[in-house]
Amino acid sequence: MSELNKSMGLGTRSRHLASSKARIRTSSLKIQRLRENALAYTFLAPSLILFAVFMFYPMLKSVYLSLHSTDPAGNVAAYVGLDNFAVLFSSGQFLQGIKVTLLFALLTVPAGILLALVLAALTHSKLRGMRIFQFAFSLPMVLSVGSSAVIWKFLFHPTLGMFNYVLSLLHINPVPWLTSPDWALLSVAIMTIWMNLGFNYIILSSGLQGIPDDMYESAKMDGAGPLITFWRISMPLLSPTIFFVTVVSIIGAFQSFAQINILTKGGPVNSTNVFVYSIYQEAFVNFRFGTGSAQAIVLFVVILLLTMIQFKWVERKVHYQ
Amino acid sequence: MKGRLHSTLLYVLLTIAAALILYPVIYTFFMAVMSPEEASAYPPHFIPHSFHLANFTEVFEIVPIAAFIGNTFLISGLTMIGQLITASLAAYAFAKMEFKGKNFIFSMFVATMMIPWEVTIIPNYLTVRSWNWLDTYQGLTVPFLATAFGTFLLRQFFLQLPKELFEAARMDGCGHIRYFLFHVLPLSRPALGTLAVYSFLNMYNSYLWPLLITNSENMRTVQIGISMLEFQESTSWNLVFAGTALVILPSLLLLVFGLKQLVRGMAAGALKG
Repeated sequence: MSELNKSMGLGTRSRHLASSKARIRTSSLKIQRLRENALAYTFLAPSLILFAVFMFYPMLKSVYLSLHSTDPAGNVAAYVGLDNFAVLFSSGQFLQGIKVTLLFALLTVPAGILLALVLAALTHSKLRGMRIFQFAFSLPMVLSVGSSAVIWKFLFHPTLGMFNYVLSLLHINPVPWLTSPDWALLSVAIMTIWMNLGFNYIILSSGLQGIPDDMYESAKMDGAGPLITFWRISMPLLSPTIFFVTVVSIIGAFQSFAQINILTKGGPVNSTNVFVYSIYQEAFVNFRFGTGSAQAIVLFVVILLLTMIQFKWVERKVHYQ
Repeated sequence: MKGRLHSTLLYVLLTIAAALILYPVIYTFFMAVMSPEEASAYPPHFIPHSFHLANFTEVFEIVPIAAFIGNTFLISGLTMIGQLITASLAAYAFAKMEFKGKNFIFSMFVATMMIPWEVTIIPNYLTVRSWNWLDTYQGLTVPFLATAFGTFLLRQFFLQLPKELFEAARMDGCGHIRYFLFHVLPLSRPALGTLAVYSFLNMYNSYLWPLLITNSENMRTVQIGISMLEFQESTSWNLVFAGTALVILPSLLLLVFGLKQLVRGMAAGALKG
């Protein structure tokens, strides 16, 4: 090497030296990059492993189970193809469950959002003491479904409950809140609206706060009253937030479980047998993991569609801005 | 004059709304201090006429509520710490490091947000059971130790840290690990706090998973324990409510101290989604 350099003269030698320096630099860069790769994957490993074991593998396993019949211990007995799904869609109970879930969403989502919107609009002023109201309206959010449902169960109590007592003061006949198939879903919905209020209120309030003040000021200069200002300025600017809350609420309605389990156990006569409750029943009460998984897959598809609609909407919104 | 009338009307409206919304919670604390006779009296009392603090000690005697609370704090605390560790590590990798397959792995994280937890519950139950993790703390916590939401929340925060800081640290010969531990984490306390409050509350309030995988009384969490209180024939309402009051108290305290943090976290979630 060095002999070769000598014969080549000074110019080439120095050039050669420079290139070997560069080579050393690139190889050290390469090592550095390799090291950064290794370090990055080390940082990601805990999350990736946990996701793989408790998210991706179960997702595949759900699909697998939904195509098989299982014994009560959860072992796969036989491949049945799409039979589980066929059974679901031909059984009146599953279709009834979908109907109940849709009705539940219809009862809880619009009312829950409207109420939260009104409260958010009313507390969106700089008057004194608003923080106390903001605190009060956010409060249901931190209470768990479990304890809230226990509280509401006693409020709904047929004879000793506060609701029927208040009705009796107003000379109205007692209502069979949780015991009649006609009332049970509505009662669970009322409790759910209350429970969701905190989240909806917080999201809509922060949406309102995101609207710049000068918009309101210029509307005021033009002589617009509070209602017109709300309809013409707040609502359009708030529509992405409202849309977000709507989608989240619908997804939430499809995932409700605890309040159903504590208040009604799906009854009376399946009138409150919503999606997740029916998965729970199928898999963990009747030990039919195959059809339970088939229901879970249907739930996944429904929620995936809702999420995709939301992303599409957000994309379009971003586009128009 | 007109403005005065308006704001008075507004206050009246808001007070009525607040009273209605807070009523179930106030009712819980009222019932919790009533005597057994008063709690089951008809007509029911709106305001307690008796004041029985003994209910709280009695509820500890009839159900292992101390164990429930201990369990729940332990699993919520463990999950919180676990999520802070896994999410901050992953978020740092996404925000500050260059590596092969970054986009692909990032989209895998996004994908996990599309999978509702309920959909994976049957296989997860079977997995945990096959590992003999039913009725154990690891069974209650390990499936929840990683979170895509937390990763996104922290990544967003890490990205906002000034670039100059990283360059300066680099000049001083500071590697990724040192930069992460001694610069990024201390600067990210607000975001870490948000994630901490959020994950603690989530775990504290969870219901379906603990219901499925705990059987023995001493492994129950408060949410399951409290909903079982009402099935015990011997217990009376005032005790059920004393227990419920104890269970919701920590969440209420968290709200008092963490409302701002929580709001920030959820606003971030809303913007993201």
